[in-house]
Amino acid sequence: MSRPSTPSRRRRTALAAAGAALLPWRSALADDRAGPHSHSFTAAAKDVLTVVGPWELTGLDPSRAGYMFARMEVVETLLDVDDRGRLQVRLASRWQVSSDGLEWRITLRGNRRYHDGSEVTPESVLACLQRAHARPGVLRMAAIRAIALDAGAIVIRLERPFAPLPYLLTHYSCQILAPSSFDAGGNVVRIVGSGPFRIVSMSLPQQFDVERFAGFGGLAIPGRIARARYISVARAETRTLLVQSGQADLAFSLDPPSIRALGRNPKAVLLSQMLPRTTFIKLNSGHPLLADVRVRRAIALCVERQGIARALLRDPDLGATQLFAPSMPLWHDPALAPLRTDPVAARALLEQAGWQRGADGIRQRGGQRLALNLTTFLDRPELPLIAAALQEEMRQIGIAVRVVIGNSSDIPAGHRSGALEMALVARNFGNLPDPVATLLQDFGPDGGDWGAMGWRNSEVPALLAQMAARAQPANAAAVWAPARARIAALLQSELPVIPVVWYRQVCAVSRRIDGASIDPFERSYRISHLVWQ
Amino acid sequence: MNPHTAPAWRAIAGALAQRLVQALLVALLVGTLCFFMTRMLPGDMAYRIAAGRYGYDMVSAAAAEAVRLELGLDRPWLAALLDWWQRLLQFDLGLSQVTAQPVSLEIARQLGPTVKLSLLAMSLSLLVGPTLGVLAGLKPGGLLDRVTLALSVTLRALPSFLLGLVLVLIFSVRLGVLPAAGHDDHGSMLLPALTLALGMAAVSCRVARDAMLQVRGSAYFAFALTKGLSMRQALLRHGLRNVAAPVVAYLGVQLVFLVEGVVLVETIFAWPGIGHALVHAIFSRDVPMIQGTALVLGLMFVLFNALVDTACAFLDPRRRA
Repeated sequence: MSRPSTPSRRRRTALAAAGAALLPWRSALADDRAGPHSHSFTAAAKDVLTVVGPWELTGLDPSRAGYMFARMEVVETLLDVDDRGRLQVRLASRWQVSSDGLEWRITLRGNRRYHDGSEVTPESVLACLQRAHARPGVLRMAAIRAIALDAGAIVIRLERPFAPLPYLLTHYSCQILAPSSFDAGGNVVRIVGSGPFRIVSMSLPQQFDVERFAGFGGLAIPGRIARARYISVARAETRTLLVQSGQADLAFSLDPPSIRALGRNPKAVLLSQMLPRTTFIKLNSGHPLLADVRVRRAIALCVERQGIARALLRDPDLGATQLFAPSMPLWHDPALAPLRTDPVAARALLEQAGWQRGADGIRQRGGQRLALNLTTFLDRPELPLIAAALQEEMRQIGIAVRVVIGNSSDIPAGHRSGALEMALVARNFGNLPDPVATLLQDFGPDGGDWGAMGWRNSEVPALLAQMAARAQPANAAAVWAPARARIAALLQSELPVIPVVWYRQVCAVSRRIDGASIDPFERSYRISHLVWQ
Repeated sequence: MNPHTAPAWRAIAGALAQRLVQALLVALLVGTLCFFMTRMLPGDMAYRIAAGRYGYDMVSAAAAEAVRLELGLDRPWLAALLDWWQRLLQFDLGLSQVTAQPVSLEIARQLGPTVKLSLLAMSLSLLVGPTLGVLAGLKPGGLLDRVTLALSVTLRALPSFLLGLVLVLIFSVRLGVLPAAGHDDHGSMLLPALTLALGMAAVSCRVARDAMLQVRGSAYFAFALTKGLSMRQALLRHGLRNVAAPVVAYLGVQLVFLVEGVVLVETIFAWPGIGHALVHAIFSRDVPMIQGTALVLGLMFVLFNALVDTACAFLDPRRRA
């Protein structure tokens, strides 16, 4: 018998070859060019530092993902802060305020260039600041009358004195970009900054690559990082796996199980730093069930802070004894009596307030059940877990809690509509390095979207307003110490918000780099200080 | 041109025209449904969009009001919907409310990676699933049949996010041969594609196995063997084409799994595709992005189904009649 005819065999072979050619092998093996580093897939290339975090680049405008370009040291602000929150110069060489506190004058440092080679001129800086002021953002906190140029200096005139103004200028929404960053309509179309690194390529919303900008100096030091890449990786598990497989050099925002897993990993070391972020229960103190301070104190007494910190965050030191974490040395008051856990005392307080235990264990008063909603959100993965723990702890003292998990914006929206009862939030008091501006937003006369709600107290807003309005004396830290202590004490006794846990940033650093440190204000990844081992 | 092929082409052209009408209806329906569903979700849209744009620490009533004013969110529903329909007719998908980039640009950027990933996943699944299925079908009840049954059940039962993590642990962490995530490194597409492919192969393997069993029991296959062809020859000439018809037809059903899988797998592997974009758009209530991505996913579904139908018509001459 003869073999099958050869034409059909050939046709089959040709079809198979065509099919194989159609497969997207090329893209699957993208970048598989032979090069000095092609022996390993780990990291994009051996000399590229890879940073991973959960933050997506939601746009080029400084108010959107500007913080990412600042963290990768592409763009700068006029002023900066050191690790203790003290003001430092950056693009500015000095700043001064008039004796009435109404006029701030900022002088620029000369000889600075943008990444396109153009000079950092007062006009270009003015345009960026005016643009930032025209949009909702931190500059709106100060009553700014005008931002103008005067003899080559930037002059900011205010309606009324606002001492934290220089701190507003450190915020990422006040970044300085070159005129070539904008199109004719004033929209940001590319990022041309003045920092030690410049953008090489960008694929929004997930990735951008930077390289050292020769015009900034510092290139001659051997071993310094010359190229880096940021990749947004949404899931903490994936970020951990990237570190474990040697694909990432710096990984931020790790969850407790990942931290445990990475603690034993030979490829990485863990760095940690307590940040000025506190997770607390925001209470509607104007709500009929929460207006009585005894009920608020009862809730504060039932919260097992150390237990939550140990079991859910795997870090017992994070149980909050007061609102301000030790990472805010000026505001944390070691002398303040710490918040404690005492369910027996909590039950007694509720009894005093007239709430009697019902048949189902939930307390009642005049036929009304002590039942409340606790709203929280998913942006920080630990929040729903903590909310579940709080729900059980409050049930044990007779308060029925319904946990509502939604979007972060439900909290400011609920605050405005008045519908919010309780919310579990994590507030970053280091958003601006001087917390006074943030605290004014949160504990001002009408409360704040992320702070007090329906709380009747005039002393705290008045003290904060004084601190903001008076010109900062040279020894401001000491002068305002009694006011800060008073504010901390009032917040601890009146409990417009109930602190639960503080926050620690943990970062995994690959062993192939040296010199890593965490910025307590999350302003920079400090990649310009890193060296290859 | 051969006069006998004319009716076949006419039938295919008719089917394609039908698909085109279907695509138009899908576009209109998906976009409109998305519009109403996002409007019906709880929460204030202006606040959601502000949170998506500026991050949650910076959401305030002032930022939300600015967003409301800028995007005209106070407009009545009907006006906004009519506006969207009108722009759709002009092939204008509008601007993303979060990034302020044109939706068409964002989708164009994200569609490529998703299509690449889907094609590779489908190719891998077709390479593994039907091959093993045919071999298992040749010896029903044999070792290979039992092993593939167990594997199919396990792989199909595993949710894709779990399967993805297991693959990363094996290939990236333990063996160190493939990157765990990202999209720019050597072979970074292989693990997400394999995650999708294994789930799909699990089912197509069983479909091919059953089809093979049926072919083996058929009179024409018995006749081919009786007339003296070897098993390999009979399989290549008379078996495979008949096995292929149900496997290819089933691909249409598997597209649902693929689209659903892409949304999850892209998020796990930080793959910059359209599924990932859809998840983020939903979180931040970016209605034009949700409408645009859902529209493109819907159209992709129609297109792939049309391709599957055409492939089936080529494989099975009876369908062309």
